[in-house]
Amino acid sequence: MSLVRPRSLNAALSLIASDPTLMPIAGCTDVYVGLHFGTMAQKRFIDLWRLKELHGISVEKDVVRIGALSTYTEIIESTIVQKRVPMLVAASREVGGAQIQNRGTLGGNVANASPAGDTLPVLAAANARIVLRSKNGTRTVAFDSYYTGYRKSVRQPDELITAIEIPRLDGTQWWRKVGTRRAQAISKIMIGAVRGRDVRIAFGSVAPTVVLARKTAAVLSAGGSVADAQAALRTEIAPIDDVRSTSEYRARVAANLLAQFWKETA
Amino acid sequence: MKLTVNGKLRNVKAHPMKRLLDVLREDCGLTGTKEGCGEGECGACTVLIDGVAVDSCIVPVAHAEGCRVITIEGATATKTGKALQNAFVVHGGAQCGICTPGMILAATPLEIGASLDEIKVALAGNLCRCTGYPAIFRSVESALKTPRRKSSRAGHL
Repeated sequence: MSLVRPRSLNAALSLIASDPTLMPIAGCTDVYVGLHFGTMAQKRFIDLWRLKELHGISVEKDVVRIGALSTYTEIIESTIVQKRVPMLVAASREVGGAQIQNRGTLGGNVANASPAGDTLPVLAAANARIVLRSKNGTRTVAFDSYYTGYRKSVRQPDELITAIEIPRLDGTQWWRKVGTRRAQAISKIMIGAVRGRDVRIAFGSVAPTVVLARKTAAVLSAGGSVADAQAALRTEIAPIDDVRSTSEYRARVAANLLAQFWKETA
Repeated sequence: MKLTVNGKLRNVKAHPMKRLLDVLREDCGLTGTKEGCGEGECGACTVLIDGVAVDSCIVPVAHAEGCRVITIEGATATKTGKALQNAFVVHGGAQCGICTPGMILAATPLEIGASLDEIKVALAGNLCRCTGYPAIFRSVESALKTPRRKSSRAGHL
């Protein structure tokens, strides 16, 4: 096992450009679980935790820019995020407990690419963009097209997630997580949704990647019934049976959460 | 690697990916920090890095380099820590005791006068297998109770 510790973002980008097998680490809340259980294939790591360029939350040209290494605690305490993206604050409060919130990062949640990542439905519903940087430049990817499959994304091995950008959202934001207990439980299912001029509804833990339920939202936007929207939702999600829940339970709860969202934001 | 543990500067020779938990127990001989789950679920190994509660089983020692680490041995040397320790004894907050150091460290960043809800949120990442939560909450609540002011000049804690 090895760890390289670059002192700047540019140094980190040069290192991963010359050795794409290096695995970026920061808050380590997922990494050490993999190491502990021997499920982590990677042995060579690059430490990003102290890179100043990846920290900080700001508003630039009316877009909320959250540095990739912002921790859940920093997001919860940020007046910018509280005001502009309260559903992200709500989701961050339900990740693990205080110790995990103090270490886990938003960029890490995106990079880990788990279908159960708590902030991912929020980012999908918020129409977020992922800022990727390599030695050769920066590109921005719509969150919607970031994941290409189970734990797969468009991020190239020589790229790092440097920030997450969230545009101004109008309307009401809504978030719910259903898990075995309120803290320290991986989600069985979660929903992040926005009801404004546009309706955007995203579910987590119901498919190999986070699902932005476009057809479901279109039914509701057009004044369709909740029952019709629930029928549309069933065609957009593909929940499975696993250690945390069953396909049947997830499909039923997804439909219930959709109805609850629409009722509570009426 | 240099880090300050409970106020004492330590120079440890360890792999930067070695778990902070193992460095504290094996290299520093501070066995008050317990390993429970080893995967950041139970909070038994909680310590403070620069005042922030972390699960030391999922923190590489590299991330404590140059930082101030407080373990249970150091926490109970402070006024708040001592009050928490005494309250756990008085209110039966400890049963088997494995979760206790983590519970006390997780409660340490709380402010005096913290509400029951704030205490529950701060301790949400700490599991107790003896189902002693009510006694644990009572212990923390009592330790953090606002002290009766004896004079108009409230003392700084």
